[in-house]
Amino acid sequence: MDKPFAITLDPGSSLANHTGSWRTRKPVYLDRLPPCNAGCPAGENIQGWLFHAESGDYEKAWRVLTLDNPFPAIMGRVCYHPCESACNRGQLDSPVGINSVERFLGDEAIRRGWQFDQPSASSGKKILVVGAGPSGLSAAYHLARLGHGVEIHDAGPLSGGMMRFGIPKYRLPRDVLDAEVARILELGVTLKLNTKVANIEASMRAGNFDAAFLAVGAHIGKRTFIPAGDAAHIVDAISVLRSMEGEDQPMLGRKVVVYGGGNTAIDAARTARRLGATEAIIVYRRTREKMPAHDFEVEEALQEGIMIKWLSTIKHADAHNLTLEKMKLDDKGFPQPTGEFETMEADSLVLALGQDVDLSLLDGVSGLEIKDGVVQVGSNMMTGHAGIFAGGDMVPSERTVTVGVGHGKKAARHIDAWLRGTAYEPATKHEPATFNMLNPWYYSDAPKTLRPMLDAIRRQTSFDEVQGGLDETNALFEARRCLSCGNCFECDNCYGVCPDNAVIKLGPGKRFMFNYDYCKGCGICVSECPCGAIKMVPEEI
Amino acid sequence: MPFQPIKFYQTGTFTVGNRLLNPEQRSVQSHRDRSNAINSGHRACQGCGEALGARYALDAAMEASNSQLIAANATGCLEVFTTPYPETSWQLPWMHSLFGNAAAVATGIAAALKVKGRNEVRVVAQGGDGGTTDIGFGCLSGMFERNDDVLYICYDNEAYMNTGVQRSSATPPAARTATTMPVGAHPGNPFGQGKFVPAIAMAHEIPYVATATVADLRDLEAKVKRAMEFRGARYIHILVPCPLGWGTASDDTILIARLAHETGLFPVFEAEHGVQVSALTIRKQRPVEEYLKPQKRYAHLFGAKPKPDVIARIQQRADRNIRKYGLLQKEVA
Repeated sequence: MDKPFAITLDPGSSLANHTGSWRTRKPVYLDRLPPCNAGCPAGENIQGWLFHAESGDYEKAWRVLTLDNPFPAIMGRVCYHPCESACNRGQLDSPVGINSVERFLGDEAIRRGWQFDQPSASSGKKILVVGAGPSGLSAAYHLARLGHGVEIHDAGPLSGGMMRFGIPKYRLPRDVLDAEVARILELGVTLKLNTKVANIEASMRAGNFDAAFLAVGAHIGKRTFIPAGDAAHIVDAISVLRSMEGEDQPMLGRKVVVYGGGNTAIDAARTARRLGATEAIIVYRRTREKMPAHDFEVEEALQEGIMIKWLSTIKHADAHNLTLEKMKLDDKGFPQPTGEFETMEADSLVLALGQDVDLSLLDGVSGLEIKDGVVQVGSNMMTGHAGIFAGGDMVPSERTVTVGVGHGKKAARHIDAWLRGTAYEPATKHEPATFNMLNPWYYSDAPKTLRPMLDAIRRQTSFDEVQGGLDETNALFEARRCLSCGNCFECDNCYGVCPDNAVIKLGPGKRFMFNYDYCKGCGICVSECPCGAIKMVPEEI
Repeated sequence: MPFQPIKFYQTGTFTVGNRLLNPEQRSVQSHRDRSNAINSGHRACQGCGEALGARYALDAAMEASNSQLIAANATGCLEVFTTPYPETSWQLPWMHSLFGNAAAVATGIAAALKVKGRNEVRVVAQGGDGGTTDIGFGCLSGMFERNDDVLYICYDNEAYMNTGVQRSSATPPAARTATTMPVGAHPGNPFGQGKFVPAIAMAHEIPYVATATVADLRDLEAKVKRAMEFRGARYIHILVPCPLGWGTASDDTILIARLAHETGLFPVFEAEHGVQVSALTIRKQRPVEEYLKPQKRYAHLFGAKPKPDVIARIQQRADRNIRKYGLLQKEVA
């Protein structure tokens, strides 16, 4: 033995000592469901597409986004972004401007002419989609990408449904709408306009369709009985908005009163203002807190000089004035009449009291269940009649563009499975990524980027788009505000903070793995993971 | 619209690495080929702050010296948990002699290298707070005073943890240790004792003195890199929480270090030639209770008989540090 004095063993490495045996619990990587994704009615993978936008790969971001929703430029203008209301960053400073980044991606796609990938194989099946609104177009898009033949029939002269005939131009410019619809038609979808489906079963037989998706929307303005003199000018909001798309603009006069408290009431009042009304007044029977319209739309309307008369109902209408009754809220928050009346000058009265669905195309179809004026569907979006699916405003739901788009996607997946004789099983949802799972210390302070707004005076006189978009620099900034809740974004924190070098970095895009031979189970990686993508689980013995 | 500068990266700005950064802008710890100066299999407790701090500092020093680095080590936890005979975790030439002489051993290594003309080989000495502020203090002061070409790194966990948590001159007031039990009129370590060695090092007017914590890796790495740019005596004092001795959860090590900085109790700054040149400012100031409460060594300040007067005195120390070292960002007028 040739060793120095008092040395009997060769030098060894501590790697021989597997400290992993100390562990009673171990860290594991996982993906959690970010609140934005959980809150999106169209089921977008928002955190997923922001991840690509953060690195400036806008096309990849757009491609991931459009796997779920073919309308980013439209969404970026008209979606009420429940994702932002749910955003964890809202608890830190302000929510990530998901909607503005989505719009940027959508506009960028139009500018650069990005197209969808064509389906690889054709299924040989044919599906009839009734209605070229958001829900119908979304279903057509998803069905086409799944390889099915799709024909859309729409009664109207132009595509878009409520996106064209309900949403005013100042919120959704028509060139944006046209561009995103055209891109769906590029997939080989046939669109037949001015083609009203009078009887769905007859149309399906005539065209040899294997299945149908109905999304005819809710286009009939609800009426309420208001005693009126002969000369009173009463119209409904939805026809006012629809006629804005035609040659003849509606004549509403200088003093316009809109009756109702939803988003349509706001749209009608703002449209009237732009048509030259000196006074556009919304009459609503309850208070601002109870108003169904979105608060930011109310705010924008007030900025444009729209006036709102709270706690009032209209009792009588004459040629140039209305009789209003004051209301007060009872203990339960319902408006009750007070018996106090007042009069208000008005050249016309616009009713915005909600919309009904024209269900005549379903006459004689067996197995259907119709309740409260809408068609009942199962969790697979199929009506009581096999092969006929429905979605959008004609089924029970919150009536927004995004919900309609979500219905279209969901229905398309179920139709696809139904045509194959199987059932569509959605992937199980990950557990939610809540704010307390994050370590926000690691994120620098970054206030939300505000979108430019058109000057108030131009908003009162023109139909120019009110809200501007972001440019590349601030869209990138906004995307990078994302906290990546619950999903690893390869920040190297776990790799860095492990006192035992027990995290193996696998390289770009491959994330990390634990070396359980040495992991002592201290849990620092879990505490210091900024986005909550690691959890501790008990060790099995 | 307010001006919003685009930073290099936004998501996870203070994280170890970031896929959005150029590789050369990323931290040493984010590199797959970092030297891992202390290898896996060492016997430090779960969540050891010292094992982490030593790897952070030495990996950065290895990078700065092109891996031409020799370490001298004082007796202490770091020495014991890395080198149980015959195993070693060290991935660099490493020498242990006695508890109190690490600075002198390093001086000798530096002198030998100078004689051999090996200027490219750099020397670090390292020890815990006991080996640095108490037992090795004479040797350390001598090394400073002679301006020997050594970077001395003190991993401060505020007591003799290796031998069973006895008080050192770096133990903070009111803390419980095995030798300062929470009994009597003034429980825990007394106020008005102990020393802050970074200030003493500055008094030697050596080229570089800095403090850091394991909570801010980028700051720590920048300081080691800066220290390696100097020749002569340099001193870095790193706060490394000890789950065993402080009575904290093993996964709270970095959180506790962060709170030590954000309360102002541990000032993070750097000084050149005896003059402070920068301070790591506190992003969001925290009351000292947030730092004290999770630590069992301060449990006697809370609970059934809380001692708000003692907590107030600790808060005063934090406030004095904030004033003295300028730890709060100046309000922009």
